[in-house]
Amino acid sequence: MATSTLDRPAGGATAARGPVRRLSAWLHRHAGVRLAALLAAPLFWLVVAYLGALAVLFVSALWTVNGFTGEVVRQPTLDNFRTIVTDEVYRTVALRSVGVAAAVTVIDTLIALPMAFYMAKVAKPRHRRWLVVAILTPLWASYLVKAYAWRVLLANGGPVDWLFGGPGSGPGYGLGATVLVLAYLWLPYMILPIYAGLERLPDSLLEASADLGARAGRTFRAVVLPVVVPSVIAGSIFTFSLSLGDYITVQIVGGKTQLIGNLVYVNIGAANNLPFAAALATIPVLIMVGYLVAVRRSGALEEL
Amino acid sequence: MRTGRTLTALAAVGLLTLAGCGDGGTNAGGSGPGGIKPPKIDKLASLGAGEGQVNVVAWAGYVEDGSTDPKVDWVTDFEKETGCQVNVKVAGTSDEMVTLMKTGEYDVVSASGDASLRLIYGGDVAPVNTDLIGNYKDVFDGLKLKQWNSVDGVAYGVPHGRGANLLMYRTDVVKPAPTSWGAVFDANSPYRGKITAYDSPIYLADAALYLMKHRPELGIKNPYALDDKQFAAAVDLLKKQNELVGEYWSDYTKEVQAFKAGNSVLGTTWQVIANLAVADKAPVEAILPEEGATGWSDTWMVSAKAKHPNCAYRWMDHIISPKANAAVAEWFGEAPANKLACAQTADKNHCATYHAEDEAYFEKVWYWNTPVQQCLDGRTDVKCKDYAAWTQAWTTIKG
Repeated sequence: MATSTLDRPAGGATAARGPVRRLSAWLHRHAGVRLAALLAAPLFWLVVAYLGALAVLFVSALWTVNGFTGEVVRQPTLDNFRTIVTDEVYRTVALRSVGVAAAVTVIDTLIALPMAFYMAKVAKPRHRRWLVVAILTPLWASYLVKAYAWRVLLANGGPVDWLFGGPGSGPGYGLGATVLVLAYLWLPYMILPIYAGLERLPDSLLEASADLGARAGRTFRAVVLPVVVPSVIAGSIFTFSLSLGDYITVQIVGGKTQLIGNLVYVNIGAANNLPFAAALATIPVLIMVGYLVAVRRSGALEEL
Repeated sequence: MRTGRTLTALAAVGLLTLAGCGDGGTNAGGSGPGGIKPPKIDKLASLGAGEGQVNVVAWAGYVEDGSTDPKVDWVTDFEKETGCQVNVKVAGTSDEMVTLMKTGEYDVVSASGDASLRLIYGGDVAPVNTDLIGNYKDVFDGLKLKQWNSVDGVAYGVPHGRGANLLMYRTDVVKPAPTSWGAVFDANSPYRGKITAYDSPIYLADAALYLMKHRPELGIKNPYALDDKQFAAAVDLLKKQNELVGEYWSDYTKEVQAFKAGNSVLGTTWQVIANLAVADKAPVEAILPEEGATGWSDTWMVSAKAKHPNCAYRWMDHIISPKANAAVAEWFGEAPANKLACAQTADKNHCATYHAEDEAYFEKVWYWNTPVQQCLDGRTDVKCKDYAAWTQAWTTIKG
């Protein structure tokens, strides 16, 4: 390809300075263009990589697969969604997944609140850093190692059974074990936002509340809670969405339980039915969009 | 707040997409057995010089060059002898293998019976000129020219090895010892919650096999060819079984651990899992129940678009040579395909343990096959359920 000389600024310091300066002067006058040039790359990334991928997901959910050769048939049809809506099993699995995600979120909140409060307000300031490190350390270990460790802990006659009084007395593998292990895995994602939120709460407010005669409970309700609720919701976005999409933990400790993630995985891995997997994957997307719309009023999105 | 509005808009678009689109075309029916011939592809006429490399799609453990365990190596010598560098791509499922072979980037594949037919009829693999493969004559006759590796007497691959899905039980818990698959389907089983089953749609065939023997009125002739009524009966049986099942397994290490701990005491297994469990001091035994069983028989196939056909043929000849076939059979835990391999195994009892020479044993084994709409048992008056239907049913069974 021949390059035209008009495409390139002519060489030489003095010649180059002219157009550059004129360009910068022009940009100075046009603030909108300046902003557009600055944002073009990240916006392009956002649109192509995130929204583009979502759009492809929606579109491919409308296709089907030839049962024998496994080729994708690119004819739009609502068959996949009809199956999901009419077949009871998908409703059951979707509800179960939401239930697991909600239970994990509640458990994590209940454990994280006192822990984060202790870290932010009770512990000595020089200990705080180490407590944060201690909360973060489990994240260094592989997810799989932790999940398989729980499989051993929960095994028949394992340590958890022993705590409950002998082989077979513990929860064993199943839905309960799934909730337990997911709650363990995602706990740091709940503690950290709450800790960050509480750290911003000045100690003087707590002292003022005490000076005005409020007991601990009243102080918690009137002073701490309003500050901490957006943080809890921010943390819940992590725990909820991570639990909603999980399919590995449930395979390891879930017994025969299946969640949405498993169905997506099975349709990609075993059935080679990408369109149906895409249709299934829109369920958690819609749930999360609904959740985010619901929580945005709380101001939690600013806490992330 | 703008983010919120965008999200609402997105949600609305999603819902409109759900609600707005009309009826589209129906699922295009499969082609395949039942009159339809595979695309005409010529087999290699004569063996030429090697191309310097060969690209292989294989199950884990089928192509070992010593990088997993220095003692486990049947690739390095092959590379030295033939000058064909082996590039291996490990696939986790039959469907992944089909997808990989469709790219045309790979020369050979170790296909199980639930992938091989799709590859043949998809025109992805070529017939194999068995005259060019010196070791083919020593392969057990029970494996040659079968439904899953040939069409109309034309071989599409070289048998690799085979195994059966067995019934394993804890000898200290399950008494009396089971002799029938009925043990895992018994609604009043005392082992409720401790029964396990293989986590794949192909497990429907196990239920169909049981029904074949115990509900003759259903007329099941082949557990991979099920019409609506037979399919419904198999699904029903597995739904009832679901209440007894503690967990489903697809990862063999998981099953070994579950049997060792006692979370599972009764259920399907592979011979290799039983051996590992015994080595782990778990009191288990694995049997072939009186109804027979499902199983697998793998086939090395050569791509229709192979860029290195001469090295591919050399690889197929090598992998079923007595020594290599013995090594891979021992490493993976299956019966070798080559008769002479039995003399080459490190454990002299290997072939006996895996029933390699026991045709009577394998006559009771229904190898994995791809269920398609055109019934595999030859019926033409009904349509059978295809693998996509099996997959969706499997989801429903697990609930």
